[in-house]
Amino acid sequence: MSLDWGLGALINLNHPGHYIHWHVIDVSVANLAVMVLMVAAFVAALFLPFPGRKHRRGEEE
Amino acid sequence: MSSTVDRQWTTRLRKRVEGTLPPEKLLPDTQPAYVASWIYVFGVLTLVAMAEVIGTGVILAIFGPQWWHVSSLGHFINSLHLWGVEVFFFAMIVHLWGKFAMAAWRGGRSLTWVTGAVTFLASILTAFTGYLSQTNFDSQWISTQAKDGINSTGGGAIFNVLNFGQMLMWHIVLMPLVLVALVGFHVILVRIKGVVPPIVENPEVGQ
Ligand code: HEM
Repeated sequence: MSLDWGLGALINLNHPGHYIHWHVIDVSVANLAVMVLMVAAFVAALFLPFPGRKHRRGEEE
Repeated sequence: MSSTVDRQWTTRLRKRVEGTLPPEKLLPDTQPAYVASWIYVFGVLTLVAMAEVIGTGVILAIFGPQWWHVSSLGHFINSLHLWGVEVFFFAMIVHLWGKFAMAAWRGGRSLTWVTGAVTFLASILTAFTGYLSQTNFDSQWISTQAKDGINSTGGGAIFNVLNFGQMLMWHIVLMPLVLVALVGFHVILVRIKGVVPPIVENPEVGQ
């Protein structure tokens, strides 16, 4: 039974996965996308300012 | 004067818990300034995702496979369970990278790192037994592929991936118990030791 909300999925996933082959590396596009997003989240977590943090490094409270 | 009361295991255990983890360490009011960074959010995000996965898993267990395969609400809860797992692993890996970059095992925190690493491995086993518990063609295919790998190690004698009952019980009973215990220990260790200081600001820590 499908969830027919008129929206459908954001991305159509109803087909066999796409793969990237590069020498010994063999990875699905879906997994590669997750890896790229994890690296992006890691970098963003290091550089985005954290709300409520008013002091710069080295300053005391 | 050591009275019998002092020697009771209840007294000794209470004193030990009070000493190693007083309430103000367990639930502190403030954290050091360097904790105000997004990287510290990922441990808690992993924890929240795990709670969501356990919660949706309980709902799946209540209504069973016919429900999650056939009804649209069942599909929805099943999807919440799956996507919760995606968030869980995503957050756990960013958390791991963050702790690796901070060398957060410094200053007597090696057990925190080790419990985290063991949790990671146990989570993978939980996910694999979850794939085998789907009750669809996907799980059939995965189990028949996995059996050859497991059997080549000899492990198939006690861990039989073709035994649906065994895989389901590992997935919904044993592994959740193991994970909750490991994560509980992991977080309590963090509270006992306090958050690791930055490498540059406190060079004498650890080594
Ligand atoms: C179910 C998986 C996990 C959960 C729920 C979890 C949860 C947490 C939480 C809530 C904290 C404190 C807040 C923070 O610093 O982010 C923490 C700290 C820590 N985690 Fe995890 N964690 C998990 C997996 C891991 C893994 C895979 C590793 C590394 C192999 C790891 C290593 C550490 C270390 C070393 C600390 C201490 C950081 C410090 O003292 O500053 N954790 N964890």
